[in-house]
Amino acid sequence: MDKKDFIKTMRSWQNGSITRRDFLGRTGLGVAAAVVATNMPGILTSQAFGADKGSIGDRVAIATWPNYHNPANLEAFASQTGAKVQMSVFGSNEEMLAKLQAGGSGWDVFVPTNYTISTYVELGLIEPLDLTRLSNFDPNAYEKRFMEQGIVNGKVYAVPKNWGTTGFVYDSKKIAGKPASWKEFWDLAKGPATGRVMVHDYQLTAIGNALKSFGYSFNSLDEKELADAEKLLIEVKPHLFAINSDYQPSMRSGDAWMSMCWTGDGSQLHRDLPNLEFTLGKEGGELWSDFFAIPKDAEHRDAAYAFINFLLNPQVNKLEVEAHGYPSGDKRVDALLPKAMLNDPIMYPAAELLSTLEFGAAATLTSPVRAELMARFKAA
Amino acid sequence: MNIAVSAPLPAVAAAAPAKAHGLGRRITWLLLLPSTLWFVLLLLMPLVVILLFSLGERSAVGGYSPAFTFANYLNLASRAAAFSNTLVLAPLGTLVCLLAAYPLAYFLAVKVQRNRSLLLTLVIVPFWTSFLIRTYAWIFILSGKGIPALLASLGLDDVRLINTPTAVLIGIVYGYLPLMVFPIFVSLEKLDKRLLEASHDLGAGAFETFRRVTLPLSAPGVITGVMLVFILLMGEFLIPAILGGGKVFFVGNALVDLFLQSRNWPFGSAVAMTLVAMMLAIIAVYLKLVARFGGRQQDGML
Repeated sequence: MDKKDFIKTMRSWQNGSITRRDFLGRTGLGVAAAVVATNMPGILTSQAFGADKGSIGDRVAIATWPNYHNPANLEAFASQTGAKVQMSVFGSNEEMLAKLQAGGSGWDVFVPTNYTISTYVELGLIEPLDLTRLSNFDPNAYEKRFMEQGIVNGKVYAVPKNWGTTGFVYDSKKIAGKPASWKEFWDLAKGPATGRVMVHDYQLTAIGNALKSFGYSFNSLDEKELADAEKLLIEVKPHLFAINSDYQPSMRSGDAWMSMCWTGDGSQLHRDLPNLEFTLGKEGGELWSDFFAIPKDAEHRDAAYAFINFLLNPQVNKLEVEAHGYPSGDKRVDALLPKAMLNDPIMYPAAELLSTLEFGAAATLTSPVRAELMARFKAA
Repeated sequence: MNIAVSAPLPAVAAAAPAKAHGLGRRITWLLLLPSTLWFVLLLLMPLVVILLFSLGERSAVGGYSPAFTFANYLNLASRAAAFSNTLVLAPLGTLVCLLAAYPLAYFLAVKVQRNRSLLLTLVIVPFWTSFLIRTYAWIFILSGKGIPALLASLGLDDVRLINTPTAVLIGIVYGYLPLMVFPIFVSLEKLDKRLLEASHDLGAGAFETFRRVTLPLSAPGVITGVMLVFILLMGEFLIPAILGGGKVFFVGNALVDLFLQSRNWPFGSAVAMTLVAMMLAIIAVYLKLVARFGGRQQDGML
């Protein structure tokens, strides 16, 4: 290959008409690099991430949730390792599970929520993680209750990404008296705020928070307790503004005055419109945490480990938290965050409020009884 | 005015030699074979599967497990609200569509002389964008900052549109109007304008002419449009999901929940079978009524 051809091929790679792999193949650079790498091992082992540019492949595919990463971090990872991040965004754990179960998802990393991990393990879709390849991961930096959710049968299948709560957000201009319990939430929905309240289109939280107003467990599968919750939901139904998990637009426009709400949405709404207040129900409610896991059929396993390890670097993770507003649960990251963020009661609720919260259970999510109850509530 | 071509021609058939007759029949069968297979494989088979599923039970992990029970059908009452919403809003939506589409089709077919193709194209322009996006756009038009804000500035306070049956109805009329306009337009375009003149000459007023000439002659288009829109509306789930906010629930939404959320396939199949049966019954009654009151112009242009 002469100089002109080489330049031409390089140009096609740069403008995207051939892939990097093609480029290396056509120019012979790939072979050359491989020869150099095998003969002089020291020369290509890298300093920064234990993986040199190109050695972990040219891409890593991740399945995650909306607005859940700092784009600058993803670009930094790509430029440092040569692996581009391909992201697919999901709306529910059920969809994620269905896609992975169907096979051929093509994901290398995905972000399951705590209550689905045991199901993934049972179905044989994920493997225990090789923690020696995650040098930035420190189990002692996390509270035990967050770590535990990723451990099945004593093996670590997933490492914590972020955690949060499910409370409710209300418009303090329209709703007086600072409601702070699920009992008040449902009473307001039936009374003064009729036609202005939103409930998640998600059985776990919609039914769970109805159960909480009676003081029952968020995860209850008890027949009588569920019957009470159903009665309440059906009674409230005609008073609701909507049953919809996409509540930000309606809260922002003022159409809805109150809605069930996840931590990050609460921070974002309160940041933009200070009259929108987020609070936890004092009876309790949901505490959840998301994890990084690697599917059994991941194609780019090296890239997957490198990517998780990169994001768990406290300096990098700090940038993630600042971007999306969900706490990481990593003490090393908290130490780097600005005071204002740590004092934010939405992101870091008081300990006594947190202690009443429950993690959603796998059995709750997959319960046909609860699914049918939710369907009856929606069809009522 | 259509000519019935399906009627057999006994005189010709009888006169033909027996051999040619047999060959002709075989060729006819051969030509019909692909469409018959298509019909059996893609229409009847799925219906049979759904029927079988509807008599089964939900397996422990969701989906179907074989059984023979009518429990699913006995449980239909738990979706009564979804059925009544659909049975009210689908016919109502069809009617409003018809009332809005007829004048438009009439205008395009009879009154417009120049730029007709341009205007017709404008009717279908909305189809160039995804239905989902267009319906989503209505959220902003119908929610607090949209039309209600406009009405409030005119002194009409507290008008609520989004997540009400009215919002769903608006979405339905918006989305299905072109499907109603085109069949009516086609039948009106074929209308012999000299008949209108004749009617006028014979002393009929504008209304009488419309009632006794235009309307009966455009009936095939109207019948086709009504069936097209009504059948699609009975299975609609997107508009109520987006503009009804989970409050205006159609059978289609119940089906989505049953198949994708609670994964109760047998009950979902029972609901689907019931919907199909209702649809067939309503259409049969509708065609009977049309036949009785509409005179001799019943063959729609489906």
